[in-house]
Amino acid sequence: MENIRKFNNPVFGATRDTIHGEVATLNLGPTHPATHGIFQNVLQVDGEIILSSEQTVGYIHRAFEKLAERRPFHQITPITDRLNYCSSPINNIGWHLTVEKLIGAEVPKRVDYMRVIVMELARIADHLICTSVIGVDSGALTGFTWVFQLREQIYDLYEEVCGSRLTTNIGRIGGFERDFTPRFHEKLKAFLKTFPKAFEEYDALLSRNRIFMDRTIGAGPISAQRALDYSFTGPNLRAAGVDFDIRVAQPYCSYQDFEFDIPVGSDGDTYDRFMVRQEEIRQSYNIIKQAYENLPEGNYHADLPEFYMPRKEDVYTKMESLIYQFKIVMGETPIPVGEVYHAVEGGNGELGYYLISDGGRTPYRLQMRRPCFIYYQAYPEMITGQTISDAVLTLSSLNVIAGELDA
Amino acid sequence: MSASKFTNVELLNQLQAAFGEAVLEHNVAYDILNVYVPADKAKEVVLWLKNNETLKLNYLTNIAGVHYPFNQGRELEVIYQLHSMVNNIRLRVKATLPIANPEIETIVDIYAGANWMERETYDFFGIIFKGHPNLKKILNEETQDYFPMRKEYPLEDQTREDKDNRFFGR
Repeated sequence: MENIRKFNNPVFGATRDTIHGEVATLNLGPTHPATHGIFQNVLQVDGEIILSSEQTVGYIHRAFEKLAERRPFHQITPITDRLNYCSSPINNIGWHLTVEKLIGAEVPKRVDYMRVIVMELARIADHLICTSVIGVDSGALTGFTWVFQLREQIYDLYEEVCGSRLTTNIGRIGGFERDFTPRFHEKLKAFLKTFPKAFEEYDALLSRNRIFMDRTIGAGPISAQRALDYSFTGPNLRAAGVDFDIRVAQPYCSYQDFEFDIPVGSDGDTYDRFMVRQEEIRQSYNIIKQAYENLPEGNYHADLPEFYMPRKEDVYTKMESLIYQFKIVMGETPIPVGEVYHAVEGGNGELGYYLISDGGRTPYRLQMRRPCFIYYQAYPEMITGQTISDAVLTLSSLNVIAGELDA
Repeated sequence: MSASKFTNVELLNQLQAAFGEAVLEHNVAYDILNVYVPADKAKEVVLWLKNNETLKLNYLTNIAGVHYPFNQGRELEVIYQLHSMVNNIRLRVKATLPIANPEIETIVDIYAGANWMERETYDFFGIIFKGHPNLKKILNEETQDYFPMRKEYPLEDQTREDKDNRFFGR
């Protein structure tokens, strides 16, 4: 109990120990609007102050790792959509990259840049949801409704690339199923033009807002040492002051070609997590701009006939295409034996796929390193001694996505 | 992968110098070194790697379990994937366990983040982490009395006759 923040009542000047001295049990969740997902926290509270918390997870567990053991590689992509569904393109592309690493595929530069554009759009969408929800939980609904327009534009862009919006199943092993369409170019140009102004308007609502700052500074802090101990990654780790980003440390998809900064915080509290994500949105915008301006000419998919599904017209008219279509669908493609780990910088941190292949058409074992699952266990430690309303803010600023948590 | 300050060979040499015979097997799979250690040494190795001033493998990326039903006496495998952010190098420490007695020391006191990773591994593979503060099922129902990721539990009902397994997966 010694780490409980001394709570001085402004009216009575009493410390928290003398206010009630009575412990109550409070269920936060599983279906509470403030938890933004289905997870339960059983809190022991003394007045407003949280003394301890016990978590229950697994409400939407769908056994993805088991499902993946019976599916050929290209059918695993739709499963990955449902991990962090706020930024499914990153999950999809992370999976494609894992398979490409296993089979040793070389993809054209154009594919890399297209993937970077799509992934950074996804990161913007993911971070926008998270930061605006911090606003909602601290009482400012306006920003949330404002950024949904921006997110809508991003979803329109996904639609132009792959046809769907939330669970995208974007791209294929080896690249994309089609090149960027003329309408995509149109919409992306419009997005690049309007985004900065709209975003800065939204940022001005919150980031220097006195009420917002008072609410979020000091809420749910974690030190860099504890964050590393709890295997934090992504914006939550960077908010605690550790400048680690997979995009820089182990670049994939030609991230080394782009110029961007990695924002870091200092205290690891809700405000730092908010600010880190806001800055990452700006950096992502810059990356998209650089990638789009320098988009190389070339093919939109790698030459991987044994993995990349041929065009339907060719299947009907060309013998090779028919053969490869058959081989892919029936699982006759030879797959190397090996174990491979590939990590991408997802919306919430290091999203890794650990794939063990025994040469069969399906993975022998696929483990998904889901950042949410790993850092959510630090939540009780972060909220002990805080008020209930701070606990809600901490939860939304950690950006715990139930789909990724429970897999 | 950008250049790391160590090569896998140097890493392996350091491990072998410190643990000698305890490094049972090793191989490199797609740039990452795998080392097999005896189950009772795994914790010691992980702790040594964390405290080593030059290697600085002090970040636990994930813990995975794997079930190999045909490896007699070493059916289950626990994999600790470690990462050195400073040196930009990854390492997998693996330990094999017999399915009859799948017990290994917990590393929760070394890495707080191992808590749920170990619970998940227990939940799906039944690997018992001795000394874990709260070793319960995490994603599945607590009343579930089997470990679903083991290979003896196929995903589909094996009594189905309308599907020919030669064409549909394993």
